[in-house]
Amino acid sequence: MNGAKPVNRVRRAFYLDSVALMRLSQRLSDLPEVETAALMIGTPSNKQILAKAGLLAADGEDATPGDLIIALRAASGGAGEAALSEAEALLDDPSTKGGGAVDWQPRTLIAAADCLTGTGLALISVPGEFATAEARQALAKNLHVMVFSDNVSIEDEQALKREACERGLLLMGPDCGTALIAGTPLAFANQIPEGDIGIVSASGTGLQEVSSLIARGGRGVSHGIGVGSRDLGDAIEGVMTLAAIDALDQDPRTRHIVLLSKPPGAAVAQRVLDRVAKSAKPFTVCFLGVAGVDGPANARLVETLTAAAEDALGGAAIGIAEAVRRDTERCAGTLGKERCWVHGLYSGGTLCAEAQIVLQAAGEEVCSNVPVPGAAILDDGVAVHRLVDLGADEYTVGRPHPMIEPKVRQEPLTKSLADPEVAVVLLDVVIGHGAHPDPTGAVVEVLAGTGGDKPAVVASVCGTEGDPQVLSAQARILEEAGVIVAPSNARAAEIALNLSRRRG
Amino acid sequence: MGVNDLLRSPLSVVNVGLRGFAEDLARQGIPVVHVDWAPPADGDPRLADLLSKLASVKRVEEANSEALRRIFEAEPVLVDVCPADKVIEGLEERVVLHAGPPIEWERMCGPMQGAVAGAAVLEGWAEDLGAAETLAASGNLTFHPNHHFDAVGPMTGLITPGMPVMVVENRSFGNRAYCTLNEGLGKVMRFGGNDDEVLERLRWLASTLAPALSAALRECGGVPLKGIVARGLSMGDEMHQRNVGCTGLFLRQMAPALARAVDDRETLATILDFIGGNDQFFLNIAMVMGKAIMDPVRAIEGSSIVTAMTRNGTDFGIRVSGTGDTWFTAPVEMPKGLYFPGFTEDDANPDMGDSTIVETVGLGGFAMAASPAVAGFVGAGTAAEALDYTRAMFEITAGRNPEWTLPSLDFSGVPTGIDIRKVVEAGIVPTINTGIAHRKPGVGQVGAGVVRAPLACFHQALAALAAELGVA
Repeated sequence: MNGAKPVNRVRRAFYLDSVALMRLSQRLSDLPEVETAALMIGTPSNKQILAKAGLLAADGEDATPGDLIIALRAASGGAGEAALSEAEALLDDPSTKGGGAVDWQPRTLIAAADCLTGTGLALISVPGEFATAEARQALAKNLHVMVFSDNVSIEDEQALKREACERGLLLMGPDCGTALIAGTPLAFANQIPEGDIGIVSASGTGLQEVSSLIARGGRGVSHGIGVGSRDLGDAIEGVMTLAAIDALDQDPRTRHIVLLSKPPGAAVAQRVLDRVAKSAKPFTVCFLGVAGVDGPANARLVETLTAAAEDALGGAAIGIAEAVRRDTERCAGTLGKERCWVHGLYSGGTLCAEAQIVLQAAGEEVCSNVPVPGAAILDDGVAVHRLVDLGADEYTVGRPHPMIEPKVRQEPLTKSLADPEVAVVLLDVVIGHGAHPDPTGAVVEVLAGTGGDKPAVVASVCGTEGDPQVLSAQARILEEAGVIVAPSNARAAEIALNLSRRRG
Repeated sequence: MGVNDLLRSPLSVVNVGLRGFAEDLARQGIPVVHVDWAPPADGDPRLADLLSKLASVKRVEEANSEALRRIFEAEPVLVDVCPADKVIEGLEERVVLHAGPPIEWERMCGPMQGAVAGAAVLEGWAEDLGAAETLAASGNLTFHPNHHFDAVGPMTGLITPGMPVMVVENRSFGNRAYCTLNEGLGKVMRFGGNDDEVLERLRWLASTLAPALSAALRECGGVPLKGIVARGLSMGDEMHQRNVGCTGLFLRQMAPALARAVDDRETLATILDFIGGNDQFFLNIAMVMGKAIMDPVRAIEGSSIVTAMTRNGTDFGIRVSGTGDTWFTAPVEMPKGLYFPGFTEDDANPDMGDSTIVETVGLGGFAMAASPAVAGFVGAGTAAEALDYTRAMFEITAGRNPEWTLPSLDFSGVPTGIDIRKVVEAGIVPTINTGIAHRKPGVGQVGAGVVRAPLACFHQALAALAAELGVA
């Protein structure tokens, strides 16, 4: 190779610091098939050096001290041309990143994207009317996207997801509250150990509940991908759900996949289940409340989030502790005869839906502001079980979401506690990143101010020991205030149901 | 790209919106960049609508690529120093060229009027300063912006027929640009000075320095400028407020030629002393280089790149490639900075001069990262702040100059090609490093600091570009 002829390319009137040039020379010399390379300003002394090194060709000899000579010897003409082109590219773009910023905050997503190293994801939580434009810029920068914002039009969601698919990027959301990427909780999510269970979820709190129950069952989650509440609707046709299944199917760390959604339309459900059937991995599918449907052989269909977690945990039961059973029995004895209804006051919409499903499955009539199929629309005049999602739009216009400000639950809680026909007040407490630092505080504050004859209070805490608020600490505060704390939301609903029927 | 890249590789996040999400990620050790987000165009629905329409015009991107190509391919060489009327076509008797967008005598600020009076005496158009003012006020002088004559000038920026100007040739495109020689510090015409001392120095520039430089430049075949600037950036210069490195490099290169060109040893010593004793000597060279680089970028159909920014002490004006030679003006802002002993903000004249041409090519405030010493004029004055000034300019520019690199930003190129769309969208205006003149004529420089280009100029330009492209 030593006999190779030198090739030169001259950049007229181009100057770069000699240290920078030496670094570029080194990078070029390291290319396969390049014997040696040098970039030098065309001064007479530099040309002499190049000549002595056998690197000066006719082109370089004509260079002036204002010019830059790219000189190299390569194994072949093709390799030489390729190396020259590489050199030109390196000269045109010496550095695109520009220093690790510490405190600096860019004003635009584009500038922020230029600072990133590694695989980038844009987490977008600006008001919905601006979210589409930001998401589009993120996709153009080859970033995966999580759109936390809601109020994005279905047309925009379609367009964004189509573009994401074309670019091979993941677009989670809009209205995606939760994701777990390789152990990293994003937005409203819990501290979950890494493990071999992957989750695809159209529901943020559904993902939080199932991943927390998996963590509490001693297992971990590989990735939890939120796809947005409308992904499995007829307009979007599950495109991101399918993309997420593809990714988890290929992901070597994922051995079992859990799919969570409210019931999709028949055609979309079929597409998703057809895709599931193609996988060699076992699936747990929870289309909340859908029972008696046959799935593919590798999938088990379950009705509740708790059942999904149990199935993912290999059939381990999430049982009610003996102490909790005893408390419940004791409590049942103290409730007056006229107390027969369950009032659920929820901060998590999917948890509210799960409670409706548990009560309906037991033959009870329920009403809700977000009714599941078969449930009635909330009506103050009707005496039935009432399960309210306090995070729904009608409660959050001009007010914070109850997960961020638990005090918004105090007024309805006070009202239900004072209602002589209410047997049980049923609550969820969602902890984790993004949630209020002490969500139980607002609940026990109300309980402390109530007298002897009142409904039982049953709650579950969605979260883990690793969360900033700490699961056991939140549970203890509730227990000390006389609240029956269930191991999951579905179990809490069951306890509430039994108390309302006085079977302890 | 593929979704599995996201699942396999270490994650890093851009957070746009709720700050708490970024804080949660940072606590977990995930690299996260939080965007200090505001609605585009400050929430102005009309501008936001124009921006989104312009974003879909493919021609704009292509035109901007062409603009960048022309900037990067420029080859500015200082070739000569000549009397202005010998090289600037149309610069006739009683014509005064000034800094900034067009302005008439009545609206000129104090220093500009003072400089005009001084120049009229210097040219012999008036007996004394009083007569000169009467002459100017009577409409017997004609005023034009330097920019209309391929020229630039610092602060008041006056060019009259008898003044010597440096000539820079852009060898890639064949155009030439002109600028006066730097007069030094203290009482000088660019700050409105006009007494005998000021005029005497100007006469010496014309009679002694200019011919010597001309002969020396002809002797050495001209001085290519981009390489000097590249080295200056690694020596702590940003070419607007700090030119100490470049001035030294220039003098080093010129000294042998000057020695050959000047017979009298004492004259040579005076010349070397004048250049070497003025840290800002290179500023005017950087300016005329900037003008020579930017002129070929004028009038590229569809381009949203700024080709000139300048101020006359009353108005700030910009020109944009896609709208040709139209000026978009707004009242100039007051600089923020440090003052010489005995002076305060109350003494300051509003922002002035064509020197913003250096920001237009990516230097000055845009290259602040090269020059932590200059960042000291405002804010906490830390080196980190200097980097932040440059980082902010990356957000409003189309590219990075591969030849002019910033060691402190991992050799990233300086932010180049101000894109009015990005300015309006992000609400970030160009940062300009500047000297501060006393508002009264004749006092001179009272401080130095930083000033912002008025956003209103960019709003007007955006609307005009949209109209030009038929998307308004």
